[in-house]
Amino acid sequence: MSVRVERLQRAAWARATAPRAIGLLGIGLGVLALWLVLPPFGVRTAPAPVAVGILAAAAGIWAISRGEARLGGAAIVIAVVGIVGALLAMRASSSNLEGVFVWSALIAATFRWATPLTFAAIGGMFSERSGVVNIGLEGMMLMGAFFGAYGADLTSSWVGGLLIGALAGALLAFVHAIFSIHLRADQIVTGTAINFLALGITGYLYNQHYGNRGTPNDLPAVPDVNLKFLTHIPPHGLGQFLYDSIGQLNLMVWLSLLLLPVSYVVMFKTPMGLRIRSVGEHPKAADTLGISVYGTRYAAVTVSGALAALGGVFLSIGFLNSFTENMTAGRGFIALAALIFGGWRPFGAFYACVLFGFSSALAQRLPDLPAPESAAWPVLFQTLPYILTLVAVAGVIGRSIPPAAIGRPYVKQ
Amino acid sequence: MSEKAVPPPPASAPETVPSVAARLALYQRAGGVITPLLTALIAFLIGGLVIIATTGKNPVSTYKAIFRGSGLSWLSPVSIHWDQFYPNKVEWTGWDPTNLTALNLQQTLIIVTPLILTGLAVAFAFRCGLFNIGGNGQYTVGAIVAVQFGIWFSGLPGPLHVIIAMVAATLAGAAWAGIAGFLKATTGAHEVITTIMLNWIALWIGSYLVGFNGPMQDPRQISAPVTRPIAESAHLHVFWGNPLLQGLHIGFFIALAALVVYWILLNRTTLGYEVRAVGFNAEAARYGGISVRRNYFLAMAISGAFAGLAGSIDLLGWQFNLDLTTVQSIQIGFIGIAVALLGRNSAVGILCSALLFGALLNGTSSRNLDPAVFRPELAGNLTRIIQGLVVLFVGADLLILYLWQARKKLWLRQGKRAEQA
Repeated sequence: MSVRVERLQRAAWARATAPRAIGLLGIGLGVLALWLVLPPFGVRTAPAPVAVGILAAAAGIWAISRGEARLGGAAIVIAVVGIVGALLAMRASSSNLEGVFVWSALIAATFRWATPLTFAAIGGMFSERSGVVNIGLEGMMLMGAFFGAYGADLTSSWVGGLLIGALAGALLAFVHAIFSIHLRADQIVTGTAINFLALGITGYLYNQHYGNRGTPNDLPAVPDVNLKFLTHIPPHGLGQFLYDSIGQLNLMVWLSLLLLPVSYVVMFKTPMGLRIRSVGEHPKAADTLGISVYGTRYAAVTVSGALAALGGVFLSIGFLNSFTENMTAGRGFIALAALIFGGWRPFGAFYACVLFGFSSALAQRLPDLPAPESAAWPVLFQTLPYILTLVAVAGVIGRSIPPAAIGRPYVKQ
Repeated sequence: MSEKAVPPPPASAPETVPSVAARLALYQRAGGVITPLLTALIAFLIGGLVIIATTGKNPVSTYKAIFRGSGLSWLSPVSIHWDQFYPNKVEWTGWDPTNLTALNLQQTLIIVTPLILTGLAVAFAFRCGLFNIGGNGQYTVGAIVAVQFGIWFSGLPGPLHVIIAMVAATLAGAAWAGIAGFLKATTGAHEVITTIMLNWIALWIGSYLVGFNGPMQDPRQISAPVTRPIAESAHLHVFWGNPLLQGLHIGFFIALAALVVYWILLNRTTLGYEVRAVGFNAEAARYGGISVRRNYFLAMAISGAFAGLAGSIDLLGWQFNLDLTTVQSIQIGFIGIAVALLGRNSAVGILCSALLFGALLNGTSSRNLDPAVFRPELAGNLTRIIQGLVVLFVGADLLILYLWQARKKLWLRQGKRAEQA
C-alpha cells in the first residue's frame, strides 16, 4: 500500500519536475516579471521583477539542461525581456533617471562582460579537450590582466601589453602543464596552486611597481572600433541603435568573436584539432598512432593559458583601464562553468558566456536604478553572475559529456 | 550452440590514477614527514630567490625578520646570537610572559587558531575525496552569524552566550557548505566551481549586510560601514596577555580540541569510516553498501562547520565587530588549503603547518615587519607565493620520487665505477 502511494507520489513529482513543465513555468515567470510593474500590481521597486526574472531564467536553464532546449531558451529570452521591460517601464514613470538603462547600452555592456569570459572559455576548451583540467584559468587571466597593464606601461603600446600579457599567461600555463603532465600531480590541486601563485605574483609585482599609487591613468589602451557608418542605416533610429550597441566596441571584443569560428575550425576541422581531441579522448590509442600525447597536451595547455590571459588583458587595458589586485574576481571559474555548460564547444560556450556577461552587465547597471537614496540592496545584484553560474553548473552536469580522459594523467609505456 | 560463452576479455584496465584522497592516504600510511618538509623547504628557497631577484635584499635577513616578528623564539629559553663571539653568544632569556616576543607569539597563535580550523575544513572534505575551496565563504558566513548572535542575546551569562553564538555560526557554516555538498550529491556539480561561487556570493551578501545602510550597519556610525560591537558577555576569555592588547583567547584551545574531534571523528566512528571509504574509492564504497551521496553531503557540511566555527572564534575572540574591508579581504579559508595539504590532512600535520603559516602571516604583517628590512605589502604577497608553491609541490609527489630515484641511480653508478676501478 505504502509502496504504491510512494510510487504514485514519485510519478507525480516526476511529472511536476518534467523539463517541459519547468520550461513553461519559466516562461510564465518571465511574463510575470514584466507584468508586476504594470497596473494591477504596479510594483515600483526593482528587486521584485528582477528576482522573478532570475527565477524564470533559472527555470529556463534547468529546462535546457534536461533536454527541453526550445522551451528553456524561450524562457531565458522572455526572462531577459521581462526584466529589462519591467525596468524600462519603471524608468518611464519615474523619469528621474535619464539614459541609465537603454537597450543599446546594455547590449554593449553584455558584449564587454562576455569577452573576457569568452577568451578564457575558449582557452579552457583547448586544455580540457586535450585531457587536462584547467582550474587555473582564473590565475592565468589574472597574469594576463597584470602583465597586460605592465607591458603596456613598459612598452607604451597596447600591442606590447597584449603580447607580454599573453606570454605571461602561457608561461604560467606551462608550469601547470609540467606538473599535471610530466609529474602527474592532481590537476585540480595544481590548478588551485596556479591560482594562488598568480594572486601572489601579480600582487607582489603590483605592489613593487605601483604601490599605493595604482596603475598610471594614461595606460595605453586597446582601441575601440568605431563603426560610424552604422548610423546611416535606415530606417531612422535603427542606425543609431546599432551604432550605440555594437558601433563602439573594443577591438578585443571583435577579436573574441573572430576567435569563435577560428577555434571551431581548428578544433573540429583540422588534423591538429583531431590530434588534440584524440589525446583527450583516448590517449593510448593516440599514442599507438604515433601522436605525441605529452607534446600535444603541452601545446594545448600553453595555448589555453595564452588565450585566458588575453581575456585578462582585455579586462585591464581594454575595459577598465587599470589593474587592481585580484581583479578577475572568479571570472576564470565562471568561464569554466560556461565551457561545461556549452558542452566543450566554442559556440555553446560563447552563448553561456553571453548569458553570464548579461548578468554581469545587469549587476553593474542595476544599482543606478530608481531607489531611495539610502537603499543598500543594489549591492546584492553583484551576486547575480555567481548565482546564475551555480544554477547552470548544477543543472547541466551529467548532461554534457566531458572528454573521456579528462583529468587523468597519461603514463607512457 | 555448443560453443561455450567465451568469457569476456579482461577489460583493459583503465589507467588507474589514484584520486587525491587515495594518494594522501598512502602518505598517511607511510607516515611521510620528509615530503612535506622538503616541500616547505623548496617553497621557501624559491621565495628567497624571488626576494633576491626582485629587490636585491638578503633573503636570510628577511626571513630572520619575519621569524622575529612571529614571536616563535619565545618558546626557547635561550637565544643564540650567531653573529657574536663567545661570551654573548648564548643568552638566557627565559619565559618572560610580558616581553615583546611574548606579545608577538600571542598574535601568531591568534592567527593559528582559525588556520587550524579552516585547515581541518579542507582536510575533512579531502578525506571524502572532495576539494572544498569554499572555506572562505563558510568562514564569512560564520563570522556574520556570530556577530549577529553576539549582538542579540546580550542579557545572557557569558559562557552560554558564547556557546549560542558559536553553535549558530557553526551551523551556518555547515549549511553554506551543505549547499555545495547537496548539489554534488544530487546533480554531480563539481564542488570546486560551486564552492568558489558560494565564496563570492557570501562576500557580496556580507558586503550588503555590513555595508552602508545595510541591515547590520551600526546606526550610531552612519559614516562607517561597520557593525555594532558584540556584547561584552560574548567575548572569549583571554588567558594570556592583556585583553586590551589582543591577548590570546581560549579559542586556541577550542581549535586544539577540534583537532582531537577531527581525529576521533575520522578514525573512531562509523561516519569517519564511511567518509574515508568514499574518499579512497567512491565506486567500491557504493558497492559495499555505503551511500556515497549521503557522505558527500555530510562531509561537506562537517567541513563547513569547522570553517564556520573559525569565523565565530575570530569574531568573539578579538575582532568583536565586522567591517566592510574585513569582509572583502578575508583570506583565511584559502590559506587553509595550503595548511591541509602541507599537513597531509592529519591532525598533527595540520597543527604544525598551521603554526608555520600563522608565523608567516604574523611575521609579515605590517605591525611586525620593519619596512626597512622588507616592505610588508610585498611580504604579504610573498606569503601567497609561498603558499601557492606549497600547494603546487605537495601535489607533485612524483617530483620528490624522481629526485629520490635519481639519487639512488647516482649511488649505483658511483658504486659500479668504484668496482671497475
